[in-house]
Amino acid sequence: MNIAIASGKGGTGKTTFAIAFFLANQERSRLLDCDVEEPNVHLFLKGKVVKEEKVTLLMPEIDNSLCTNCGKCVTACQFNALALAGKAGVIIFTELCHSCGGCALACPEGAIKEIDTEVGSISTTLVGDSSELTTGLLNIGHSAAPAVIIAVKKNKPIKEVAHRIVDSPAGTSCSFVASVSKSDYVILVTEPTPFGLHDLALAIEGIRELKLPFGVVVNRISSPDNLATAFCKKNDIPVLLQIEESRLVAETYSRGGTLLDALPHLKQDLRDLLDRLSGVI
Amino acid sequence: MAHNDPKEIVVISGKGGTGKTSITAALASFFPNKILADCDVDAADLHLLLNISATEKHDYYGGHVAEIDPDKCNSCGLCESLCRFDAIDVKEGKYAVQEMSCEGCKVCVDACPEKAIAWHPALNGAWMKSETKHGPLFHARLIPGSENSGKLVTFVREKAREKAIENKAPYILIDGPPGIGCPVIAAVTGAHRLLMVTEPTPSGLHDLERVLQLAAYFKVPSYILLNKADINKDYKEKTEKCAAQYGAKFIGSLPYSTLFTEAQLKGVSILDAFPDSEIAKELKAIAENLITHLQEEKQC
Repeated sequence: MNIAIASGKGGTGKTTFAIAFFLANQERSRLLDCDVEEPNVHLFLKGKVVKEEKVTLLMPEIDNSLCTNCGKCVTACQFNALALAGKAGVIIFTELCHSCGGCALACPEGAIKEIDTEVGSISTTLVGDSSELTTGLLNIGHSAAPAVIIAVKKNKPIKEVAHRIVDSPAGTSCSFVASVSKSDYVILVTEPTPFGLHDLALAIEGIRELKLPFGVVVNRISSPDNLATAFCKKNDIPVLLQIEESRLVAETYSRGGTLLDALPHLKQDLRDLLDRLSGVI
Repeated sequence: MAHNDPKEIVVISGKGGTGKTSITAALASFFPNKILADCDVDAADLHLLLNISATEKHDYYGGHVAEIDPDKCNSCGLCESLCRFDAIDVKEGKYAVQEMSCEGCKVCVDACPEKAIAWHPALNGAWMKSETKHGPLFHARLIPGSENSGKLVTFVREKAREKAIENKAPYILIDGPPGIGCPVIAAVTGAHRLLMVTEPTPSGLHDLERVLQLAAYFKVPSYILLNKADINKDYKEKTEKCAAQYGAKFIGSLPYSTLFTEAQLKGVSILDAFPDSEIAKELKAIAENLITHLQEEKQC
């Protein structure tokens, strides 16, 4: 099954949770880092990089010998990625290009050719004996995060396994949608603070629009009765797990350690959680 | 002419949860005559610390969305073959646009031989103007999953800028989004300075380096503030080195403090909740340092 880990707010412990969830179920899952703007999983899971690929998008290139400066491509582009610049002809801002192909279709002279342009990359790392981490990385200055995310999700693993865990980006914009869409289940990691709760509500709104089943993990609790659990209870949302606030977790994390290094008892809970979720679906 | 050209200071971090919003709200106390803006449009939280009143709210239409008229559609399939966003659903030979995937590129609208595809403005969210005790705040709410987050960021910046010019406010203090993608690019291009709030952890450092690269790409000078500085000495030093390597000015550090969360629970900034605390004094020193730097820089 495909399980996406998301949150709305950044810094609630998505990546920390995703890594622990993966490590506890390593023989039956693989991990995809779809936070392509700031992928962090590889900082905590050391392994051997066995495969590297480029992610490309088709972007326009103008043949100036054919271009008549008619401006039809500029009108066709809905993203302001093309502009008429007097004698210089048509100029292209690749960071704004959505790669829709509209300009090439609009050009009456056949002066626009679409060429593969690198916007990011994907790497596959072997963690332990055979489990895999797939990491997407957006190139600096490009806005095509969703395209890189989709490429990570489509990337063929070296070995198929039963479960796929997807670490998603913060926020609720198109990157979040690209990351969680078509999942069988979404785990939302939150913290019991006003910011955490406010952004959790936004993420839930997005997940409901996508009609995906979901549950909540409450991280950094000082008491089992807190803002987040009260919210979930009131709205009939399953609380899957609560993880206590501890200085030890923060310090372990700051040294590059994982949640299971700090709280080894969570391993069984995380195995049980995956069993439960695969039973639900 | 400085008063006619307000300077935008954008607070970003790369990594989420480093304290951007709490620190922006705290710094707001020290900037005289400024406009506030929250450009983290898909998870905006700054208003939760500013006790807002008199909110004006306006719908925001950022782009367009296509809609197929089933009576005119002859199921030729051209739209589906041209769409690069997998936004055309086909069920039992019937074609329809999946709104959440449609990026509004208009390719299908122009290509349809039956002129069966309509082109509507898309409601992407709302933008707001609110009054706070620290001055006007411009903020927004993207409909979760909606397109055009970058355009909405640009829109909020423009609104804040218009107001700053009207009020002759020298500064606009902007809470930015995490990451380095579309909304961040929209928040930093053309800004005067970036204030990067980071933390001494492997993720904090890794993500800081990516935003420093982004700042270099768009040629915006940066300041660095290290939050939770006492949780790891080793990474504190690494962060200082990284700042120096990219020519970013290190303007101070703050210790790990639970007072930030306590202030959040009260719905105000740490300055308003705990004005006499040690951390409030440290924030004051950082704000003064920042303002001095901003004033000393020569206009070009």
